[in-house]
Amino acid sequence: MVGIELAAQVTPWLASGRTLFLIIHLLGITSFAYIVARRLVPLLRAEPDLRFDQPLARLGKVLKFGLAQWKHPRYRTAGIIHIFIFAGFICLVLRAFYVLIVGVSENFVMPGLSGEAGHIYNLITDYAATVVFLCMVIAIVRRLVFKPARYAVPEKFGKAHIADAIFLLALIAILMVADSLFAAARAAGQVQQGQSVELLAAWSLPWMLQSLLVSSSLSALKDFYFGAYLLHEVTFYFLLCYRPFGIQFHVETSLFNLYFAKLGRGTLKPVKYGVSDEHLDQVKSFGVKTFEDFTWKHMLDFYSCADCGRCSDNCPANAVGRPLSPRFITIKARDYAFQHYPMFGKPDNHKALIGGIYSEDEIWSCTTCGACEEECPLLVEYIDKVVDLRRGMIDDGNVPQSLQKPLKALESRGNPYGKMEKKRADWVNANDFRQTCQVKTLVGKSKADTLYFVDSVTSYDDRIQSIGRATAKILDHVGEDFGILGTAEKDSGHEVRRFGEETLFMALRDHNAEAIKATGVKRIVTADPHTYNALKHDYKDMPPVEHISQVIASEVKSGKIKFNAVENGNNVYTYHDPCYLGRHNQVYDDPRDVLDAIPGLKRVEMSRSRDRSFCCGGGGLMLFYEPKEEQRMGVKRVQMAAAAGANVIVTACPFCMVNIEDAIKVAGMEGKMTAIDLAELAEQQIARGKPVVKAEQTAEIVAGR
Amino acid sequence: MEILVCARRVPDTSENEITLNSAGNDIERDELVYSVNEPDNYAVEEALQIAARIGGNVTVVTVGGEDDEEILRREMAMGANHGVLITDEAFSGSDGLGIATILKAFVEKGNYDLILTGVQAEDGGAQVGGMLAAMLDYPFASLVNSIEVLEGRKLKISREIAGGDKEMNEIDLPCVLSIQTGINEPRYVGMRGIRAVASVPIPTYGASELAVDPRSVGGAAARVKRVDYFLPALGKGAEMLEGSREEVIDRLVGLVAAKGGLK
Repeated sequence: MVGIELAAQVTPWLASGRTLFLIIHLLGITSFAYIVARRLVPLLRAEPDLRFDQPLARLGKVLKFGLAQWKHPRYRTAGIIHIFIFAGFICLVLRAFYVLIVGVSENFVMPGLSGEAGHIYNLITDYAATVVFLCMVIAIVRRLVFKPARYAVPEKFGKAHIADAIFLLALIAILMVADSLFAAARAAGQVQQGQSVELLAAWSLPWMLQSLLVSSSLSALKDFYFGAYLLHEVTFYFLLCYRPFGIQFHVETSLFNLYFAKLGRGTLKPVKYGVSDEHLDQVKSFGVKTFEDFTWKHMLDFYSCADCGRCSDNCPANAVGRPLSPRFITIKARDYAFQHYPMFGKPDNHKALIGGIYSEDEIWSCTTCGACEEECPLLVEYIDKVVDLRRGMIDDGNVPQSLQKPLKALESRGNPYGKMEKKRADWVNANDFRQTCQVKTLVGKSKADTLYFVDSVTSYDDRIQSIGRATAKILDHVGEDFGILGTAEKDSGHEVRRFGEETLFMALRDHNAEAIKATGVKRIVTADPHTYNALKHDYKDMPPVEHISQVIASEVKSGKIKFNAVENGNNVYTYHDPCYLGRHNQVYDDPRDVLDAIPGLKRVEMSRSRDRSFCCGGGGLMLFYEPKEEQRMGVKRVQMAAAAGANVIVTACPFCMVNIEDAIKVAGMEGKMTAIDLAELAEQQIARGKPVVKAEQTAEIVAGR
Repeated sequence: MEILVCARRVPDTSENEITLNSAGNDIERDELVYSVNEPDNYAVEEALQIAARIGGNVTVVTVGGEDDEEILRREMAMGANHGVLITDEAFSGSDGLGIATILKAFVEKGNYDLILTGVQAEDGGAQVGGMLAAMLDYPFASLVNSIEVLEGRKLKISREIAGGDKEMNEIDLPCVLSIQTGINEPRYVGMRGIRAVASVPIPTYGASELAVDPRSVGGAAARVKRVDYFLPALGKGAEMLEGSREEVIDRLVGLVAAKGGLK
């Protein structure tokens, strides 16, 4: 390589290339270090967050969600583009370092990449740069021409982000072109001088550029070569230093964000890490009131968000026009951080977030369904933040009037309706039920193996009591020795906790935990996914908890439960996954297995099912909250069921039943659509005594004859 | 501004099923849950908002027994600076005039610029505020649904009059106002807030401290006596509107308009 000088040896202006590039390196790296240090300032002032446990599980998250890009294919086009870009970047990491170093040390060779390995690597990077370049073009075209709706910024949340996004994409495209041009000019120079040529990958970007350049003069090639290197250098450092100001910071932060991601599903963060329940009274302020009340991991979430809009695209609150869009929970917090923790000068902190960047209704609008978190490729958390913001509002007494009554009633009566404690077990006394099924109350010497934890809505709501009775009859049918707590039961407090009233939740939990322990039961069964989640994740040291759908599924397998064929073979059933059974606890198959075990039952899936299930409107206290919305979530859900061709919605949650039955009426679909709980349907179909339907007949029905 | 709010503990109407006792002269009180009388809670919130705007102290007082301390703690958790329990055997069974007499004695021991009561107790007759004002020779306004503090020891208040209209008034301080619900949105108080004030001492006053003649108050002096309780007989059920959706809507709009609900 004599004719075409190495970039480091060129003396373009006053200084040699080596000096120039050394200065750029130092400037770039120092600036980046300074910027990152400034970005870390709020994290150092943040609340603690204990996420240094379980390194293997955490590494697993990095591999699955980072390296394997697990969530990306859920959005086919964008996901595949991202996987290509990501793979391209991974291939180009070593090359980037090599190119940077070669500017100051011309004979540098990456360890392990000399000789044949180096040639192969170069071929790979030629293609990688090409792929990344093409992906940038496609991404820019998508944003300019196809404009996916989820990238749009509603007026209330500020200006569109499209210019910034395209600017960043273009920078990467320029970087790829510069890198390719650098390689192409060198190869073209080698060709002209008849030297041994570093082979470029056929039809790659460097290869095409080389074909264009090969007839240029040697001096022009020298200029191209040097210019391309300089462009690469400047673009690289500009991009590096610009990323922490916007959505591409995730290139750096995602590794940490994935490693420190939340591990437990269905759980909530404690009010304050490192403070036990007994010492909570000494904590001066609860929840998040100012930006600095977020934990450092939650701040890292804000930095890591790539603004892809998948969270809000799946958020039911956003879909029905409530003032909540999870994407902007993050974006607004990030803007706040950038504004109040500037690059130069003193941070200006401790401003109230509610009434500042967030509105009260925005934070109360969340049903904690978890659709946003399920979708986020970077595992950004929302529920813990929303609950923390609510804890802050509760602590300040800033609670909608519609929620104050039920909270007060939960405090004095143990249920949100203000009903008398002594009437909690009245549902077992319904005349026709009592004659067929006796339910024990586990007080004093009355013992049983299994506790049926009923919870408030099933105990007191006239319609929902039917789910309670169906559950009891099923347990009775399979010969389970079970009982209820009766008047000793209080609300599980699941929604109380998710609405931010931690102290009241703790009182309810402690009361129930003591009552449950006193019964000595070996397991707990419930028909309410919210209760299930509470007992499983919010309570400590409880016996194993099962949802009734799991009990039915296992007893169908064991043969204790056999079903009669459905009476009306024309009905088409669809199963609606309750958030706290599905997404939060991953029980997707048991309820479906139960339905599929009923002979003759036709079942279809809604397009949004399983982990993409669409929340019915929320449970517990959410029934009391008066949201500002254009439409009910339940109505949307009922329409989705109709679109799937179903006329019976099966659910497995009392609150889903309340919301969906209401929604059927609101949507004017009475007579066309009905809702039934899985326990009710199973109980209704159970074949008691000798089988009513013979095997042959069943086979006929299954075959649709 | 020194503000006194007179509050009272009553059975919570939203959380109780009211039934008569076997004698039929009182309601069954064994399983009742109690809370602060709702309009009184609005009065405390209003007092706190005034104090936050222009400075001052809020004292909440109740006439009752040991159990009534609970509502004082709740109001203190809301932010009231002091809670005072007025309790004496001699006070039990007082009628409205008796309660007003006791409160008057307490007011005269302090130096209050503004005295607020709820518009009425949920189990009472909206009497105490007016009687207290008369006994103190203070101006009085009832059904107050907004308060603005003016220069020169005056308030601009609005009163709710028939049909939900507002009547604007100026009133001199010191005065007594009875507060209508809806004047504000009272803040939430949870167990945590109440626990935080659990050990704050609550002073108590009896007849001797207040220099109230025991013969002028209590059951014996009451000139209004409860003689009976009865639950209203159930009327006929709701009227179901029938017909097409449009017809139902038209008839409903007509009915609401006829009752003055639409203008």
